[in-house]
Order: sequence, then C-alpha cells, then structure tokens
Amino acid sequence: MLNKLPKQSVPVSWLFKMAWRDSRKNRSRLLLFISSIILGIAALVAVYSFKDNLQNDIDRQAKELTGADLIVESRKAVSKKTQQMLKTMGNDRASESTFGSMVYFIKSGGSRLVQMKALEGNYPFYGSIETTPASAAKTFFNGRDALVDKTLMLQFNAKTGDSISIGDLTFKIAGVLDKAPGQTGISSSVAPIIYIPLKYLDKTGLIKTGSRINYKYYYKFSNPNELEAVIKQLQPKLEKEGLDLDTVAERKEQTGRSFRDLNRFLALTGFIALLLGCVGVGSAIHVYIQEKLSAIATLRCMGLKSWDAFLIYLIQVAFIGVIAAVIGSILGTLIQFLLPIVLKDFLPVEITMQVSWSAIGQGLLLGLVISVLFALPSLLSVRRISPLNAIRATFESNTSKKIDLLKGVVYLLMVVFIVGFTYLQMQGWVQTIAFTVGILIAFLLLMAFSSILMFLVRKLMPASLSYLWRQGFANLYRPNNQTLMLTVSIGLSTAFICTLYFVQGILINRVTLSSGASQPNMVLFDIQNTQKAAVTDVAKSFKLPLMNQVPVITMRIEEINGKKAGVDSTNKRAFRNEIRATYQDTLTAAEKIVDGKWIGKVVNANDVVYISLDQNFAKSIKVKLNDKIVFNVQGMLLPTVVGSLREVNWSRMQTNFRVVFPSGVLEQAPQFHVLMTRVPNSETSANFQGSVVRKFPNISVIDLGLVLKLLDELLGKISFVIQFMAGFSMVTGWIVLVSAVLTSKNQRIKESILLRTMGASRKQILAINAIEYFFLGLFAAAAGLILAISGSWALAKFSFDATFIPPLLPTFLLFSSVVLLIVITGILSSRSILNKPPLQILRNEGN
Amino acid sequence: MESILNIRNVSKIYQSAGRELTVLNNVNFSIDAGSTVAITGPSGSGKTTLLGLCAGLDRASTGSVELNGVVLDKLSEDERAAVRNQYVGFIFQNFQLLPTLTALENVMVPLELRGAKNIKSHALELLDKVGLADRGHHYPVQLSGGEQQRVSLARAFSNKPALLFADEPTGNLDAETSEKIIKLLFDLNKDAGTTLVIVTHDPDLAARTNRVIKMKGGLIIADENPSYA
Repeated sequence: MLNKLPKQSVPVSWLFKMAWRDSRKNRSRLLLFISSIILGIAALVAVYSFKDNLQNDIDRQAKELTGADLIVESRKAVSKKTQQMLKTMGNDRASESTFGSMVYFIKSGGSRLVQMKALEGNYPFYGSIETTPASAAKTFFNGRDALVDKTLMLQFNAKTGDSISIGDLTFKIAGVLDKAPGQTGISSSVAPIIYIPLKYLDKTGLIKTGSRINYKYYYKFSNPNELEAVIKQLQPKLEKEGLDLDTVAERKEQTGRSFRDLNRFLALTGFIALLLGCVGVGSAIHVYIQEKLSAIATLRCMGLKSWDAFLIYLIQVAFIGVIAAVIGSILGTLIQFLLPIVLKDFLPVEITMQVSWSAIGQGLLLGLVISVLFALPSLLSVRRISPLNAIRATFESNTSKKIDLLKGVVYLLMVVFIVGFTYLQMQGWVQTIAFTVGILIAFLLLMAFSSILMFLVRKLMPASLSYLWRQGFANLYRPNNQTLMLTVSIGLSTAFICTLYFVQGILINRVTLSSGASQPNMVLFDIQNTQKAAVTDVAKSFKLPLMNQVPVITMRIEEINGKKAGVDSTNKRAFRNEIRATYQDTLTAAEKIVDGKWIGKVVNANDVVYISLDQNFAKSIKVKLNDKIVFNVQGMLLPTVVGSLREVNWSRMQTNFRVVFPSGVLEQAPQFHVLMTRVPNSETSANFQGSVVRKFPNISVIDLGLVLKLLDELLGKISFVIQFMAGFSMVTGWIVLVSAVLTSKNQRIKESILLRTMGASRKQILAINAIEYFFLGLFAAAAGLILAISGSWALAKFSFDATFIPPLLPTFLLFSSVVLLIVITGILSSRSILNKPPLQILRNEGN
Repeated sequence: MESILNIRNVSKIYQSAGRELTVLNNVNFSIDAGSTVAITGPSGSGKTTLLGLCAGLDRASTGSVELNGVVLDKLSEDERAAVRNQYVGFIFQNFQLLPTLTALENVMVPLELRGAKNIKSHALELLDKVGLADRGHHYPVQLSGGEQQRVSLARAFSNKPALLFADEPTGNLDAETSEKIIKLLFDLNKDAGTTLVIVTHDPDLAARTNRVIKMKGGLIIADENPSYA
C-alpha cells in the first residue's frame, strides 16, 4: 500500500487567533503573573528617565554649576608673579578664599565650624547666589556684611540684621544664603557656608600658620576661542605651580560622573526588583502550563504540531509581557516625578522632568524580553506534552524525562542576559561579575535554605501531630508547591531591607562607640604655639581632660631619592599636596609598625632622621623602606630616610598622621597644635566652644555630637533613597506572593472541596491555610534574615572594621511583620475558595 | 474489503520503577474500512494503550502500525500529528472540549488546523445534526455533560475522518443520555461512512458493532462478530 503522508501547515494567523481564544478565561490571571514584572520595569523606566533628564539639566545648567567659564584653584598662597598673570586673564574676574573657621552668633551665644568663603568680584557670572532678601547677594559687598547659610540661621535662631563674630571682626548678617552655585542640600548641612567680602579677610586675623585655605580665581570669557587658547597656553605653567584649572566642560563631566554612580545603583536596585518579578513569572507560567496540559493534549490529538502548540503560548506570554511593559513604562514615567523629591538633597541642578521616550523604549523592550525569557523554560515543555494526556490523566511521557537541550540554552541565555544587562549599567567587568555572582549566591543560598527546610519538615514532622498541622506542613512540599519560589522572592526582599537597616546601624554605632565614655568627643585645632598654654588653661577651667595634644607641622615633599617634582613625572601625587606631619617619641595605641624599626628620638643634630610613614601613604607615593625623602618645611629643606612603615587605625578617635618624625627635629619649626578633650554634655560643649571662639577666634572646634547628628541625618537621607528603591523589591515580592497563592488556587480548590465534602469546617480549612502560610513566611523571612545578618556581619568585619550585633527588638519586629504580611495575604487571597459552596466551585473550576 | 488499520506484532513495554512492564504483548489484527469495531476488556487489559497506538498518539515498542496506508512506526510526533489531523477523529470519555472555546469554535478547530477556509457553515451544519444549532456560542461550562459529548461528536466528524476512535464515549453519562449519544454516533457514522473503533466496558455498546476484540493482560483473547450485528 502507498504511504500517503499528508502535509499540514497551520496558518500563523490561526496561531494568533488560538492564542487569543485560549487566553479568554485566563487574561486577568495572566496579567497578575506578569504584574510581578511591572514594578521592576517601572523602577527602571523611572531611573532611566531621571538619568536622561538629569543629564539634560546638567548640560543645560553646566555654567550655573561653576558660575564661571574657568576656575583656577590653589591650595597654597599664589606667588606674586602668578598673581599678576591671574589678574590679566578673562573679560571679568572674581576671587575667593575658602577655609574652615568658627563662627560665633552673638545673640544666641552659639558657635560652629563653618565653610567660610571670602569673595571679591562679580561672581557668579552665570546663575546667582540665591539669598533672602534677593538683593543681599549684591549688597553684602558694600559693608562688613555676611551671607549666612539657612541651616545655620535656623540652628542658632538668627535673623537678618543680627551680628556674628568671625575671627577678630564682627559682621552683620545681610541675608540668608539659600543656594550657592553647585551647592546641594547635603553639602550645606554638612558644611554650611558663610560669605564675607574678601577685603575683610586679613583683618579677621584668621590666616595663621597651618590655616588650610583654598584660593579660587573665577573668570568669564566672552569669546570661547580665547578661553581655549588661554587654557592651552597656561595649563602647563599653572599646573607646575600646583594650580588646578577647572572648566565648565570638566565640571559637567565630573558632575555627570558622580551621578552616573548614583544612577547605576538606582538601576541595579530596580533590576533586582525585576529579577524577583521574573522568578515569579517563571513559576506562575509553569503552573499555568500544567493546568493547560489537557487542552494542549486534546489539540495535539487533533493534529496540532508541537512547535505550533509552543507558539500559541509564546504569543500569549509575549502579548501580556508587552502589556506589562506598557503599564510599567507608564508607571515608571509617573514615578520619575518622585525621584527628584527623593533625591533633592543630593542634586546640584534643578531638575525639569520630561517624558523620556528612550527610557520608555528601553522599558518596553526589557519587559518583552524578560517576560518571554523567563517563561521560556515552561513554554518549551509545551512541545513535549504528549497527546496521550487526553486519554490518560496520569500519563507520564518517557520523553519528558529526557534532558531538553533547548532549555539548557535558555538558562544560558538568562545568565547572559543578567550579565549583559548588569554590564550595561556598570560598564566594568569586575563590578558586573561581583554583582552577578552576588545575586547568584543569594539566589542559591535561598534555594538551598528552602530545600533543606522542606526536606527537614518532611523527615522530621511527627506523626503524632494533629491532622490540621500535618496537612498545613504537607502543603509546603506538595507537588507544584511554590515554597522555593516564595522563599527566594520574599527572602531576597527581606534580606535587602534588613541589610540596609543593619548597615545604617553599624555606621551609627561605630561613631557612637568612638564617642564612648573614655573617648574624646571634641577636637580643637589650629592652636598656635603662643596659644597652647592659654587654651589648656581654658579647658582646665571647664574641668575638661586633655586627652590628646599633638603638634602639626605643614610641609611638602621636595625630592624622593634625589628626584625632584619636575623630574619625576610618574609620581605627581607625592609632590603635589601639602602634608601635615607630627613628631613624637613613642607610638600611639592606634599605630603598629609593620616594617622597619621605629626610632623615637634624634639625639645629635647630624644624625640621620628616620621617619615613619603610614603604609598606604607610602604605597601611594611609591616609597619603600630606606628610601630618601627631602621635605620642605616652610622653606627649610630637611633630608630624611624612611625608617619604618606603620599600620594606622584611622577609625580611632584621635589625631593620626601619614608622616611621623622622631622628636628632636621639628620642635622649632612653625607649627600649630591639636587638642582633644571630652565634654560631658551639650551645655558645657556650647559654653566651652563659645569661650574658646571668643578668646581665640582662629581656633576651630569640631563637636563630635554635632558630627554624629549630621551623620545620622545624612544616613537617614541616603537610606530613604535606598529604601525607596528597595520598596520596589518589597512590593514585587508581595505581588509574587499574591500571584503564587492565586496560581495554586485550582489545586487548593480541589483540596478544599474534598475536605469540605468529607466534613471539614470552614475554620479547619482556614487553619490549614494559616499554618501553611505561617511556616512559609517563617522560612522565607528567616532565610532573608540569615542572609542579611551574614552580609552585615561580613560588611562590619571586613569593610567597616566594627563588631556587629543585630539589634534584637527591631530585628524581631521586621521578622514578625514579614511573617504577618504573608499570613494575611495568603488567607485573604484564598478566602474566595472558602466562601463559596463546594458545588459552585466545582462547576466553575472544571472549565 | 480493504484494511484501513493494520496492527502487526505490536507490543508496548513501559519502564516502571526500574523494571519492564509489558502492557501489550504481540498484538495482531486488521480493521476493514467502513466497519465498526469494539475493543473491550477489564481495566488494565491494555485497551486504551492499544487505542493510543492505533490512533498514532504513541509509538509501539515493537511491531508496526499502518493507518490508512501510512506506516506510523518511523514517523516523528509532528508527522503523526499531521496523519491524525487528516485521517483521524476522536471522542473522549471526558469530552475534552477546549474550555476557552465556544461549542462552534470547538467544532471548527480540526478544520482550522488544516488551514481550511469558510468552515463556519460546515461546523454549524454539524452542530445542527447533533441538535445544538442554537448553542454554538456557548462555552463548555454552560453545557450539560450530554450536550458536551454531542459537541464532541460534531467535532470528531468535522474533518471527515477515515477512522474515528471513541474512548468510553458514554463512560461519564447517565443511561438515558448514553443511549441518545450512541444512537447519534452510529447515525453520523453511517452517514459519513467512517470506520469506527470504540473502546468500551459496556457489552451492550460493543454488541452494536460488527466486531468485538476482547483483551486481557495485554493479549487479544477473542476476536468475534456479535450475532445480532
């Protein structure tokens, strides 16, 4: 007989039609599965839109950031010759001297270390210094007036017209400084600014030995070509003198760069939310396909080819993926308007939010790719559904047990996608691999944790437990259970939130500990030789202990092993900056010699001076043991030999130095002193500071209490940003949970009907569900918490050099909240099963 | 008369818990075109497995299956799917209507899979034949068991199959409805001239066919013609 093998090909249009028909009663469910990725896409679209808008605004407002076309900057006084040259450049010019100094508010008696800016000229040439009243920005030059930062005005309850003492002079507050060019909310609260006219700087008497002054010269060029020519001509000369040139383009690049890191971080947190959502999608589609098994088998009986069956469901997932991406993009575009509010304290420019079509495009593409990619392993199994399933409900195909190479390819593609996407954000392989491996380890640990717990519950569950408990436990490892997926998604988001909370605690604790009862909490510096005894007397009069008193000598490196700055171009860093060194005969508790020998005293004038360097500093200036360094100490050349390298514990609350001389060398050099003490309370602190500032206006005081408060404020602001982004992961984890509960609804309905038919009460079924969700929540939250505690411990030990003890009560509260949320969500989502009569559910469920 | 189905030395062996389980053991028979055949036997006798092999739903471990002149043994799953679509119709015990499709759409599917056009009138005609002309837009959940099986009959005949396989077609129905369905099945079959193979437990239903193949333990134990057929 002839073998008449028929040819058959299904039109593509029919596949679309069938995909549409097949989705009829499942659309809301499919949308729920895919809703897990909506928030992840929304987060990414918001971040990308914000990035685009920020870049546009930085480009547009770049000149306002610098306030000038060119800034020449120097950390030391500029020579007369150079000054002459600086005075002839540009079409308009201004100069500014910036330094840290104490300010004393006469009316309230309060004092604080501030960033003093002594200004002369028409700066800023672009944008403005924003003040209240607005005219004060111009008029303060006319008299002995000052512009005072608004946070200071609030702190000391000062008003315009009040007087402040700066050094030896009294200034009238001409206005409140609302915003200076390039200033952010954070920078003004950490280092509040006061503007005074430059002409009064000398008379304040603040410029003394050791004063760290930053000199800035601002220029406006009407002709951009002239600017380029000037830069080209002067750059080498000025840099040789240790002067820096800063242009609008450079500042633009610099600002963009610092925000690139922020955007990378924001994008990655969004990506984590998206990955969590993907795990949810993958798992939900798996259950969805399981439920479709009978329908697919019937179609296969009627002659549907395996790939055509696969395509029907691929079309469904892709379509729903696009819908999720559209919703996510719309949501993201709306959320982007929140980001400038969340980040307002960190932004140097005003953000004008606009719809970013490129961000939306990326969101749409990402939504489509990711929903299809993570659904593919389940979709591919459609190819292997045997038509025999239509006549045998329990048929297990032998072929389904074979390894599916295509699935392997898909898993590989997933890894490639995660690595590729991360690389696009990070632009560096080390960070990309670190992030991917980190995420992978977290996933694997959570998966392992979940598997171990399921195994233990299975093996250790006592048979003597009541039925309700046994059934509740058994639900955790039933076929098609979602314990693993939920442990991963809820565990990861719990870990994320807890780690943030713990790290914030570690940082605050570290500073709080350093201000412990035996540690100094106030630092006085810039104490001149002549003031040393008098300051000590003031401290004693307040009955304050003198805990650390060290001399500081400013110097520069003149040559290393016979090579001067001009000769050794490979080691610019060594010669560039001023060094603040000290001398002592014994090492402090924070110092440990790691190489060489510490020699504490030079007895004869002709003896070799063996100095000790901080090992990291030595590495950065490319110096080894026994290398020869000549220092320029205020004009006097001092040859030395590197005698030892030290490991310095910089976290100790005491003065530490990169370069330490032995005693007997620098005693007569120009120097100032630092004194550390401990004030018992804020009242003594205020009185002592006031007394020091009135008697010695040049001395600066750092109050650790204030630093702690600022740090807390700063961390609070940073953690708010992080929590905002982590919120996406939290909510995604929650959606995955709801989706998982609803996905397993059909299975639960069958159980519920069976139990109710056998006489179980509504309450008993509710109890079984509650037990299941309680333990699921317990597993997931515990897994997340273990991950967070281990991560925080590792961070504390290896990054912050601190001890970490998890705060018991907050940890318990976080843990309980997660468990409670899961139990409530689980019960609420399965309520509909309980509230309907079994027969009604049976009829609805059948189709 | 020409054979439409030839089963030669067919065995089916499953691997279960590490040992071999022979479900069909060297089965041989042929079915003439246009005849009606019942395969009967107790549970576990291998009749559903035999139906699966005859219809090209599964591959025999050994032996050969030839359906309407096509040897199925070496065909891929997709090639067998094309054979099923072209030559085979199915009626299932639990109806197996696609729950998301209306009655009319369910009837149209086998033809749509062929890429056939303008099939709605043909599908409506079939629905009319099974007495459900006015229920075409209803979903399976809105139909009774008997109505669902009638839609299933209409669907089975829609692609004018050469061979129709019915797996316990009345297994899920009450006696009265069963009787109506059986009558409809035989009437439609007579009109279309299709070869009908029924797997059933029901001796009354088996007795209505031209030939009864009795199975036990994976073997054919009797192959007889009912006296009053």
